[in-house]
Amino acid sequence: MVRDVDLEVRMLKTMMLIRAFDSNLPTLYNKGLIQGSSHSAIGQEAVATGACLALRPEDFVTSTHRGHGHTIAKGADLTRMTAELLGRELGFCRGKGGSMHIADFSVNMLGANGIVGASFGIAAGAALSVKLQGSDSVVLAFFGEGALNQGTFLECANMAKIWSLPVIFLCENNHFAMSARPEEMLAVRAITDRAGAVGMKGVEVDGMDVGAVFDAVQAAAARARAGEGPQFIAAECYRFEGHFSGDAMAYRDNSEADEWLKRDPILRQQRMLMSKDVLADEDIKSMESVAKSEVDEALALASAAPFPDPGQAWEDVYA
Amino acid sequence: MPEMTYSAALNRALREEMMRDNSVFIMGEDIGVWGDGGGVFSVTKGLLEEFGPERIRDTPISEEGFVSMGVGAAMVGSRPVVEVMYSDFLTLVMDPLVNQAAKMRYMFGGQVKVPLVVRTNLGASGGKAAQHSQSFESWFMHVPGLKIVVPTRPEDAAGLLKTAIRDDNPVIFLEHKSLYFMKGEVPDVIEPIPFGQALVRREGKDVTVVATQVMLQHALKAAEQLQEEGIDIEVIDPRTLVPLDIETILTSVRKTGRCVIAHEAVERAGWAAEVGFQVSLQAFDYLDAPIVRVCAANLPIPYTKVLESVVVPNLDDVKEGIRAVVAGRPYSRGGKAIHE
Repeated sequence: MVRDVDLEVRMLKTMMLIRAFDSNLPTLYNKGLIQGSSHSAIGQEAVATGACLALRPEDFVTSTHRGHGHTIAKGADLTRMTAELLGRELGFCRGKGGSMHIADFSVNMLGANGIVGASFGIAAGAALSVKLQGSDSVVLAFFGEGALNQGTFLECANMAKIWSLPVIFLCENNHFAMSARPEEMLAVRAITDRAGAVGMKGVEVDGMDVGAVFDAVQAAAARARAGEGPQFIAAECYRFEGHFSGDAMAYRDNSEADEWLKRDPILRQQRMLMSKDVLADEDIKSMESVAKSEVDEALALASAAPFPDPGQAWEDVYA
Repeated sequence: MPEMTYSAALNRALREEMMRDNSVFIMGEDIGVWGDGGGVFSVTKGLLEEFGPERIRDTPISEEGFVSMGVGAAMVGSRPVVEVMYSDFLTLVMDPLVNQAAKMRYMFGGQVKVPLVVRTNLGASGGKAAQHSQSFESWFMHVPGLKIVVPTRPEDAAGLLKTAIRDDNPVIFLEHKSLYFMKGEVPDVIEPIPFGQALVRREGKDVTVVATQVMLQHALKAAEQLQEEGIDIEVIDPRTLVPLDIETILTSVRKTGRCVIAHEAVERAGWAAEVGFQVSLQAFDYLDAPIVRVCAANLPIPYTKVLESVVVPNLDDVKEGIRAVVAGRPYSRGGKAIHE
């Protein structure tokens, strides 16, 4: 499939924005601006970007604890995201969610979730509702390979299949569930074998290639929209950073990491666009500085925003 | 008013809500074609024929999965009513109820509503043993973000179910399996009954008894029988535990000066402890005797009748609890070691 050059550039910009956003996390920690757990999506930008840009605005996504990339790629406002990390009232969750529960329902991003595997049920249930409402939206569930060992995958994927629901299960195999390796924790060799167990034909895609992810998700979304039922995509990528900001990664083999770093999805896209003379060195530099200034501007606005009034702890328990 | 069973009243409420609002759908195990066509207790009888398999959805045995899907469906505009066949199976759905449904609105800062109803049944009904007889209502009172309904009369079951379905929050709707085929009057037009309004089922001046479901029935019988002993009993049905109408209970206790709380959940950390604490805090000066609770023993539910009745309180136990509060002596059936 030939992809539009504008789309290729837009995908690069989105990935660079995710990288710039998550690269800032250690600084925010060190300055004491954010607390709790924050999980970086660095290295996995191509999966979030390719997937979200292949969807329509009215399509839904569900996310994981590592959700910044998904949220940015779905089109969430950076200032309100930053404000949420900073615990400000301006944040999407008015300071009640933080990084792990980042969510922007206005762009149909149904929330990052602190429970590994929760994405399956929320996505399949949203897909059931969409189907009952007669809408042609699809729902995409992001989840890690570690989540495949949660029983809810079998339960929800099975129901999605028997009821032919418009849901895309997109596994981000970043090779680490905290420290646990899929080779040791998954009884099957191929991630897609798990899809076979519920009657789905899984598709494997290079998760370091944003264009490949885009194509795979676009095709899956078209099939789901056409009533062909749930789709499963296994995207192989790599978690460049630790499980969370501050993880020393004593369990990681550096030579393995070095090999993956060479496949950096952003560098790959930059090289591709430069080789086609779409972008020059200075364009890349300018894009980098634009991404950084967007993140800085969001941070400046978020930092200036007030914390919630303590009384707001009592709000939003019930509708 | 016509008489109908608790099960039929629930059925009517479901049917009327489904006719009223297309976004309502029902799913659960064996709700469509099992038995006489309508689940183990006939609550969904006839609905499959009337509304079809899209809106009356028999599920696989995947409780965590389909309750999670209820949460997801509720988040994007549906009003799912999910049936869990026995409340004991709620242990399988703690994540979708506790971490997801109850927290969504709060942790996302009010961006989303979760209008989900989870219907299930509590209680022992004779010989169903340890995994089909439990009463878990107290567990869910401990989770901010949920509402807890415990109806007893058929008309309350129907009216409260309508309210539950129209509520924009997750509601745990706890029926009792011994009540399904009990009859009661149900109005021709079932109006939604607001949550948080207790009913004074019987007025009296000596003792307040707060009880739900089968224990409430025992309390009403005990009130009739203990009249002979000169005890005039007021009986209160909270109807919903969250929100709880503590004011009606306090008003009664301030009048009677004595309070008994009866539930089928085990005594230890059961909701009687919460209600009793609130009464002692807010009506302490009015109490003429220590509060008494009549609850299940702190034991699993055994199978054989002679053992089951050791664990689950019966009419005599409720009467004994009332006599104890009148005499001002402590009473407990939670565990022998505590008071003997």
